[in-house]
Amino acid sequence: MGLSGLDIYKQLPKKNCGECGPPTCLAFAMSLAAGKAALDACPYVSDEARENLASAAAPPIRLLKVGAGETAVEMGDETVIFRHEKTFVNPTGIFIEVGDDLSDEDVKAKLEQIKGLVFERVGMEYAIDGLALRNVSGDAKRFLEVAKAAQALGKPLVLIAEQAVLSEAAPALADDKPLLYAATAENFEAMTELAQKCDCPLAVRGEGLDQTAELAKKIAGLGHKDLILDTGNRDLPQAISDLTQIRRHALKKFRPLGYPAMAFTTADDPEEEMVEATALIAKYAGLLVVKADQVSQLLPLLSWRQNLYTDPQKPIQVKAGVYEVGEVTPESPVYVTTNFSLTYYSVEGEVQASKIPSYIIAVDTEGTSVLTAWAAGKLTSEAVAEMLEKEGMGDKVNEKRIVLPGHVAVLSGKLKELSGWDVMVGPREASGIPSFAKSKFA
Amino acid sequence: MAVDLIKERYTSRVGEVVLGATADEGGTRSHTITIGGDSTMPFLRFEGEVPNRPVVAMEVVDREPVEWNVALREAIGDEIKDPAAWAQKCVNEFGADLVFVRLQGADPDLGDAGPEACQATVKAVLDAVKVPLIVIGCGDDEKDNEILPAVAEAASGENLLIGTATEENYKTLTAACMVHKHCIVALSPIDINIAKQLNILINEMNLPLSRIVSDPTTGALGYGLEYSYSIIERARLGALGGDRMLAMPVMCTAGYEAWRAKEANASVDEFPDWGPVEPRAVMWEALTSTALLQAGAHLLVMRHPRAVSLVQKHIDAMMKE
Repeated sequence: MGLSGLDIYKQLPKKNCGECGPPTCLAFAMSLAAGKAALDACPYVSDEARENLASAAAPPIRLLKVGAGETAVEMGDETVIFRHEKTFVNPTGIFIEVGDDLSDEDVKAKLEQIKGLVFERVGMEYAIDGLALRNVSGDAKRFLEVAKAAQALGKPLVLIAEQAVLSEAAPALADDKPLLYAATAENFEAMTELAQKCDCPLAVRGEGLDQTAELAKKIAGLGHKDLILDTGNRDLPQAISDLTQIRRHALKKFRPLGYPAMAFTTADDPEEEMVEATALIAKYAGLLVVKADQVSQLLPLLSWRQNLYTDPQKPIQVKAGVYEVGEVTPESPVYVTTNFSLTYYSVEGEVQASKIPSYIIAVDTEGTSVLTAWAAGKLTSEAVAEMLEKEGMGDKVNEKRIVLPGHVAVLSGKLKELSGWDVMVGPREASGIPSFAKSKFA
Repeated sequence: MAVDLIKERYTSRVGEVVLGATADEGGTRSHTITIGGDSTMPFLRFEGEVPNRPVVAMEVVDREPVEWNVALREAIGDEIKDPAAWAQKCVNEFGADLVFVRLQGADPDLGDAGPEACQATVKAVLDAVKVPLIVIGCGDDEKDNEILPAVAEAASGENLLIGTATEENYKTLTAACMVHKHCIVALSPIDINIAKQLNILINEMNLPLSRIVSDPTTGALGYGLEYSYSIIERARLGALGGDRMLAMPVMCTAGYEAWRAKEANASVDEFPDWGPVEPRAVMWEALTSTALLQAGAHLLVMRHPRAVSLVQKHIDAMMKE
C-alpha cells in the first residue's frame, strides 16, 4: 500500500534545502516513494507529518507474531480478499486447546499426543502451530504449572484466562511471548498494562464487531498495537460474516480493524469441528483454536491450509530426479513426468495404484505441467535422455524401457535415437496408468 | 463505535437451474430441486440473497465398483451391488438430496453395457427413488454418444441432469437434451476461459442457459483443490458482475476426486504418521466438499455416508436463518 511521491510531498516542509541529499523536497519525496530514501534524512519534517506518513504507509493488516524464536507464528499482513488477486501470505495459526483441569498424567499424555502431530505429505512437513491453554481450574498456580509443562513443547502458547489469573501467571511466561486472551470491555486497561509489561501480543474480544473495533482503538490509543481481534460471535455464519467484514474494513484502511482476527470452533464432535475449521480458514481466520487432536482429523485440515495459502503464481515443485515407488527391482519400468508437484504426485499416486514397483523420473520443468512444459521447450527428448544418462538408469534396470506421457508421444522417435531406450507411449492422463501398467508390465 | 457493514453491490446474480420434473410437469419426481440464484459470494447473506440451499447428490454406479476402497464399500453396504437399492439407501438413510448415476458399466473395458441396459438402469433408479436424478456417462466419448441419447429418450420429461459435455464432445448430448428436455453438465478442465467457451457453444445450439450446470473440474484436497477453489470464486465474481456465460450453478464431483487421493487409500502401515485410513478418508471427502462450498459450489457429488452427513449438517448451519 505504497504512497505516491505526490502524497508524500504534501507532507514535507517544502524548504528545498537539499540537506537530505536530493536537491528538492519533490525529488526527496520521489526517492521515498521508490523506497530509496528514509524519512529520517529530513531534519525539518514535523512530528505530525511523520505520523501521517507512517500510518499511511503501514500495511492494512498489522503483522502479529505469537511465540518466540524459530517456532513463532506470524499472522496478518494480508493484502487481498481473494487468493487469485495476489496470494494469501501468512497461513492460519492452528492451536489445540487444552484445559488446565487435566491431571498431571493427562497433561503429559496430551502434550505427547500434540508433539506427535507432525506429518509429512507431498514432501512437506505439516505440524500444529501451538497450544491454547484454557484456565478451567480457576487456579492461577495450576494454570502456571501446566503452562510451564507446555513450554517443553517449544511451541507458542495462547493463554486463555481471566485477567486476575493472567496477571499472576503471564509475567513468568513472558519470555516465550504467548498470546494473552483476552482484553474485554471490562478489563482492557489492566490487560493492556499487563501486555505492555510482558511485551506480549494481546487478543481483543468484544461483543460483536462494533465493540471489538472500539476496544481495539482504545487499546492502540494506550500504546499497545500487537493485537488480534475476536468479535466473540461463535455462530458459524456470523463468525464468517465478522471475519469477512474485518478483512474488508482493514483493506480499506479502517485502522481500528487493521489487525489479524481469530476464531474458535464450537462443535463437540471433532469431525464436525474440522468442517467448521475448514470454512473459518477459508474465510480469513488468522489464528484458529480447535480441540481435535487426532492425525486423521488434522492432516486433512493442515492440507487444506497448505492448499489455500499456496501462491497462485508460484507452482509447487518436487525436486527433479529419480523416485522409487514400491520395492523396485531391475525388472521395474521407468515413467517420465515433470517436477510440477501436482503432476508428479498424480503420477506417483497412480503408479502406486498399479501395484507394480516402478521408477519415476521427474524432469526439471520449473514446476510446469506436461503440456505446458512441452510447449515451452522444457520437456524435451534431450532433457529426458540426459536424465537417464546422469542418473545411471541403464545400470538400474535390465530392460531399457521408458514410458512417456501420452501428451508428448511426439518426443518418442528422438528420445529413442538419443538414449537407445525403448520408448513406450503411456496414457495421456495419469488415471490411465493402472490399466496401462496392467496390460504392459503385469 | 458503530462500524458500517461493507456491502458489495453486485449488478447480477448466478443463474437458477431446476432439476427434475413432477407429474404436473411431465415427470415422475415427487419434487424438483432448484440450484443457484445467489446474488452474493457464498453464504454472505448480510449483503445478498442465497435463495437456494446448496445440495448433495450421492454417487451410484451401475456396476459393483469393486475397485473402491473397502471402507467405503462397507459403509454403503450390500446394496452397492444393485443401483436401485443403492440409490434408495442414499435417499432414505444417508440424506442425499439427489442421486448421481454413473453409467460406468458402459465402458468398453468394464462390461460394455449397451443403450438398452443403460436405459433399464436409469429406469430402475427412477422407479426406486423420487428425487431428481443426475446421469453421467462412462467417459468414453464414442460410447457416451451412443448411450446418453438413448437414456435421454427413455427418461423424456424427467428433466434429468445429464453429462458430460466437453469442448471436444458436446453436440450429440446437447441435441439429446434439447429434444428430450433435460439439463446438461458442461465440464471444463480447471480453466475459466474454456468453461465460458463451452457454455457459449452449448447455448449457441439453443439449449437455454437455465439448463446448463457447470463442472469446472474438481481438484481433491491436496491435489489442486486450490485451483478449483479460485476458478469457482472467479466464475462467481464474473456471474455477479453480469457475465451470463459464467453464471451457471456449479457442480463438483468431490467424492470421486477425494477418493482417488493417496490419503484416502494408503494404509496406516504404509504411512504410520497419517493415522487410520477410514476416518482420514472420510475427512478427505468432507473437507474437500466444505472448501468447495466456501468457493461457491451449488451441487456436490459425494460418496461416503458419514462425509455426506457432516456436509449436510454444515450446509444447514450455514443456511440457518
